[in-house]
Amino acid sequence: MTAAAGETVLEVDDLRVSFPTDDGVVQAVRGVSYRLGRGEVLGVVGESGSGKSVMSLAVIGLLPGSARISGSARCCGEELLGASDKQLSRVRGRRISMIFQDPMTSLNPVYSIGYQIAEAIRAHHDVGREAALEQAVELLDLVRIPNPRERLRSYPHELSGGMRQRVVIAIAMANRPDVIIADEPTTALDVTVQAQVLEALDTAQQQIGAAMVLITHDLGVIAGHADRVLVMYAGKLVEAGTADDVFYAPRMPYTLGLLGSLPRLDAKTERLTPIGGAPPSAVNMPPGCPFTPRCPLAQQVCEREEPAAEPTTSPDHLAACHFSEQLEGREPAELFGAGWRDDVVVPGAEQREEAR
Amino acid sequence: MIETASEPVNRDTHDPVLSVRNLVKHFPVRGGGLLRRRVGEVHAVCDVSFDIGSHETLGLVGESGCGKSTTARVLLNLLPATSGRVVYEGKDLTRLSRKAMQELRRELQIVFQDPFASLDPRLPVNEIVAEPLRIHGLYGTDGREQVRDLLRVVGLRPEHGNRFPHEFSGGQRQRIGVARALALRPKVLVLDEPVSALDVSIQAGVLNLLDELQEQFGLSYLFVSHDLSVVRHVADRIAVMYLGRIVETGRADDLFTAPAHPYTQGLISAIPLPDPRKERSRQRITITGDVPNPADPPSGCRFRTRCPKFAEQLTEGQRRRCIEEIPALVDRGQGHPAACHYAESTALL
Repeated sequence: MTAAAGETVLEVDDLRVSFPTDDGVVQAVRGVSYRLGRGEVLGVVGESGSGKSVMSLAVIGLLPGSARISGSARCCGEELLGASDKQLSRVRGRRISMIFQDPMTSLNPVYSIGYQIAEAIRAHHDVGREAALEQAVELLDLVRIPNPRERLRSYPHELSGGMRQRVVIAIAMANRPDVIIADEPTTALDVTVQAQVLEALDTAQQQIGAAMVLITHDLGVIAGHADRVLVMYAGKLVEAGTADDVFYAPRMPYTLGLLGSLPRLDAKTERLTPIGGAPPSAVNMPPGCPFTPRCPLAQQVCEREEPAAEPTTSPDHLAACHFSEQLEGREPAELFGAGWRDDVVVPGAEQREEAR
Repeated sequence: MIETASEPVNRDTHDPVLSVRNLVKHFPVRGGGLLRRRVGEVHAVCDVSFDIGSHETLGLVGESGCGKSTTARVLLNLLPATSGRVVYEGKDLTRLSRKAMQELRRELQIVFQDPFASLDPRLPVNEIVAEPLRIHGLYGTDGREQVRDLLRVVGLRPEHGNRFPHEFSGGQRQRIGVARALALRPKVLVLDEPVSALDVSIQAGVLNLLDELQEQFGLSYLFVSHDLSVVRHVADRIAVMYLGRIVETGRADDLFTAPAHPYTQGLISAIPLPDPRKERSRQRITITGDVPNPADPPSGCRFRTRCPKFAEQLTEGQRRRCIEEIPALVDRGQGHPAACHYAESTALL
């Protein structure tokens, strides 16, 4: 380890990302701030379109040129937003690396996996081909690929999905980065394989002492792996805290609703409590709290003012809700029990109808 | 108007509505040459038997490629069976003529996984839901009213019937798919991963809807899914599939509290619980490796190549039995059938 524990390796401040489109400006991320400590695992959870992936792509500089990005993202003190390509190539893979969802598209089909791992090592270190391949063997062993030496000559199509994702993890770990961003790393895999890959990811992450941003829609994966959790909704951070805070004492109605809508493996639930409606469209977002139309606690103030993320049960447990104190000790069924019909139409459909 | 089931809903009655016996489906594997000669066979479904009772939900679970969706399609005669029987009201569906089958389709309907691909983008919702009624000549003078009722039943506003599928969210589209399936008042509904494409907060609403519809119309469901948590929530009984075979079956609660087959145990262990304290302190049975090639399945027990019990606990003699003898799906004293020579119940949750 190169630095003392407790040090911040990634600091994101008021990150905003928007995309101009024909229908208007899509505000994908609307002011997210967080800090990631060395060796810490930060879980980011949210539904499709909540901005969780865009947020990470912005940090590592992989968004298309049309994206408008503002705010700040510093990795070990170095500013990444607006950095030149040359600067970014020095950071990518060395200080921050990324693991994508689909291991088939993130590996190059025409090169052997040994070559691809060695390439990642030689991009940042002045070592020979043979020495890099030696390191590749160790890396494959770290992510528990059997017979690593023989595997070096395999091509991606010769490996199963789980094995490919291990190779991607090995490449991400190759230069012992400070931060790993894993974007839905196991979503494309079957559960038994997911368990194996998560275990390999855990071991590798602990061995090299990297911090990790684990992005997923699966609350179970978050519960088992994250030290701290960020809950995203409509491009905003709506709740943040330790895993225990968020799972056992949620202070944002959306988080509570999410927990209530999960069918549980460990107990027979009689009835789920879904959240009515659908997330708002990211085009021309109305003022106020984005969750208002689906929220059972909503008052007039919610439509006017967007609540800031403020401390609740502890200084580090943040929630963006005007009425977060009302959630203390409430069960999802009490709040969301009433309506199961999602009468709320997709935003925008109404106007289109009128235009006709 | 839509009638509701008059008799009291009793999920424990076990006179089967639909029986599947020794169902087999093989797909040919063809060579790449000009003649496309048959070079092998994928054994997608192998000797599968189960019953679905009246008003009952049977959950069919397994990982990708285990044959669960193929089973569902063969069962509805959307794919021809290689051998075996599917008996519905005394008739063997696998031997019916096309015409006779079309008649029966009124009573056996399916809801597909992807609500974006299963609805015709050029038809307004009213037409999508009315289509099955028209095909069967049931769209009479009250057709319009029937469609409005169906939309109301699945929790959509009838006024929105003249909109197109793209104007609805994923959850709403899946409700349209359910309304279409219900239009002919089927007795059996096959649900092929009906909520897998939906976000959790939306998924819960569709699951609750399916639950209510079952009560209201006295439907029997075959619920195909890879998600064990969802299946535990909806199913009365569960059948776990692995590489084309059912490896364990039983009442949902029994299967989760006392799984007897090592595969079921591994599957339950692999699912992360959304509860940090439980998740950290869980006892786990881990399955290693990947699913073998279904064109060349292992001899004897198909799970043996990944089985933790086979690898760690069995003696050489016991292993030979796993390699040579296909384990029958029978109760070996665990209270429900499991296809393992050395089945043993374990509490994991």
